[in-house]
Amino acid sequence: MFEAIAFYLFAFLTTLMFFITVTTSQALYALTALAAGMIFISAFFFILGADFLGAIQIVVYSGAVMALYSFGMMFFDTTREVKEKNGNKYIVAGMSILAAILVVVIFAAPMLSENITAFYPLTEGVGNTQDVGMVLFTKYLVPFEVAAVMLLVAMIAGIVLAGKKMDLSLTLYSTAEIRDMKQDQEKKVLS
Amino acid sequence: MMEIGLNHYLVLSTILFCIGLIGVMRRKNLLLLFFATEILLNSVNIAFAAISHYYGDLTGQMFAFFVIAIAASEVAVGLGLLIVWHKRHGNIDLDSLATMKG
Repeated sequence: MFEAIAFYLFAFLTTLMFFITVTTSQALYALTALAAGMIFISAFFFILGADFLGAIQIVVYSGAVMALYSFGMMFFDTTREVKEKNGNKYIVAGMSILAAILVVVIFAAPMLSENITAFYPLTEGVGNTQDVGMVLFTKYLVPFEVAAVMLLVAMIAGIVLAGKKMDLSLTLYSTAEIRDMKQDQEKKVLS
Repeated sequence: MMEIGLNHYLVLSTILFCIGLIGVMRRKNLLLLFFATEILLNSVNIAFAAISHYYGDLTGQMFAFFVIAIAASEVAVGLGLLIVWHKRHGNIDLDSLATMKG
């Protein structure tokens, strides 16, 4: 009963928030609605018993990703109205067909998977966090490490692209200019 | 109606995914295009968590974790590229990115 009420409430709120995100013409409203939607989505994870996933959702999305986006919005001129594209008819038609096929597949998939068996079943008498830890650090150890390396690469890429010196970025100069800059620095060190 | 099953969550996930697709289709500003991508990734996460719960299997939650990791790195690299583009051209409209069009 309470599960049903919570599900419908949060389903309505999430849909509304994401609808605002894609339709509003103000970038700030879109950002705020997206952050709210992320929080509401974590409620589904708590209802489904995936406590750790819900906490990660709040920490990573509402914390890190939203902070990055708001940081990025300071660079861009977001106060003006956002222009919308009129839309290529072929792309719209193709995407609509894709969405329709997706709906059919999603409804057909549970029928085809009647005899599905759990690959890594839930352990009895163990909390969700402990369970996740046991599976993640035994069965999924290699993907976990690869994901860690990927995050490191992304971090380095972000630092190089956005740069510490915001006014002069290495990605904006040609090779000759960078060489000149290096020679200038060496001259300064020598003198 | 009162018993929430797997299909409820899958329907919700589909609705959110379609909202994200609409966003990808009609947005011209690249930052708002990124928001729409986040919606797509989140809707898939809901489906993963629901299937994980109803089949008693942890694999779905594991995949949701990796999806979150990918989303985080996508934001870091994507925003860096957007900042570089904005420094060079002064706008982040999708139309100005079409310079490679033949």
